[in-house]
Amino acid sequence: MTYSYFPGCTLKTKGKDLDIWGRASAEALGFTLEELPDWQCCGAVYPMAKDEIATRLSSVRALMAAGEKGQDLVTLCSACHHVIKRVNNDLRTDETIRDKVARYLKLETPYAGETNVRHYLEVLRDKIGFDVLKEKVVNPLTGRKIGAYYGCMLLRPASEMGFDDPENPTILEDFIRAIGAEPVIYARRNECCGGYCTIKDKGFATKQVDAIMENARNCGAEELITACPLCLYNLKENATDGLPVAYFTELLAEALGVKEAAK
Amino acid sequence: MIDTIKRISGVNPRKCMKCGKCTASCPAFERMQFHPHQFVDMVENGRIHELMNSEGIDFCLSCFACVERCPRNVEPAKVIEAVRLAVVRQQGGAHLTPDEIPALLDDELPQQAITAAFRKYRK
Repeated sequence: MTYSYFPGCTLKTKGKDLDIWGRASAEALGFTLEELPDWQCCGAVYPMAKDEIATRLSSVRALMAAGEKGQDLVTLCSACHHVIKRVNNDLRTDETIRDKVARYLKLETPYAGETNVRHYLEVLRDKIGFDVLKEKVVNPLTGRKIGAYYGCMLLRPASEMGFDDPENPTILEDFIRAIGAEPVIYARRNECCGGYCTIKDKGFATKQVDAIMENARNCGAEELITACPLCLYNLKENATDGLPVAYFTELLAEALGVKEAAK
Repeated sequence: MIDTIKRISGVNPRKCMKCGKCTASCPAFERMQFHPHQFVDMVENGRIHELMNSEGIDFCLSCFACVERCPRNVEPAKVIEAVRLAVVRQQGGAHLTPDEIPALLDDELPQQAITAAFRKYRK
């Protein structure tokens, strides 16, 4: 199975590990991420204002490019996923936005959200299956106690994201089980890390991540995983005394033996 | 001005039943002089300039906890976004300029953070 793939700005630079190990693991699991040739940055935040059209266009271009190839569009970065999925929903449900976008892009047939957007984790759950993933694991991460850090953007708002239960998600815990480790459930796994506000005030982000870390540690977590480069940054760089944090794809590659093979 | 905020946000503040669940959920609660439920109320009552001058508009994280948990589907985050846009769309209204960026960078800061901040704090 081949999917169109939207890496996004950060996965080519600071978030390389999310990208590299995601792609390598995909091959080991029997699917290919085919990078869109001319993708543009998604803008990192969803334009909530109804009159923001230009900021929606890069998502629409990516969605249409995948659609032309008859492929679903897969993302790895939580922010890209959030932005592109919600813009797709706008094009599906908001006639005014659909019409304005069609005029901006001079489309003969307006784009109406036909392309499916899937997060890499959704591909693992819904297309590959965690049971199949489990069978392909060669280095089970036995004995490791891992806390899933979901953050905000994968889950909320659930009415548009349709990713998982926004208050009691299970997809990352199921993933952790599939790679042979033990998931640690803690309350703050879906609380915000401080996001882009670290730009305005690092102390604000520190307060957020310290509360998350304390909660995860008290519940027995020894390490955390995330799908978001900005969450990873805040958790790693702004925590006073943090647990180790990795992208979920790094652990996936480790469990599949892909990481060793690359050495 | 009330109509502009309603139009940009698409929010009908009169749907709010003032339960305060949004404010209880807000991770930026302490940084907001006016809390999410107050934003909704003050827009309804035309107190928009007070909101435009409040520090809180820069500290809404767009985490969507208020949107998710609102029992009336009011979507407070969209009101806060609309008020912030009413400020940063003005000439000289930007809350972040490119000159400020180099001092904010460190070796690990992801591009995503800069892109997001520019989208939020300037037009």
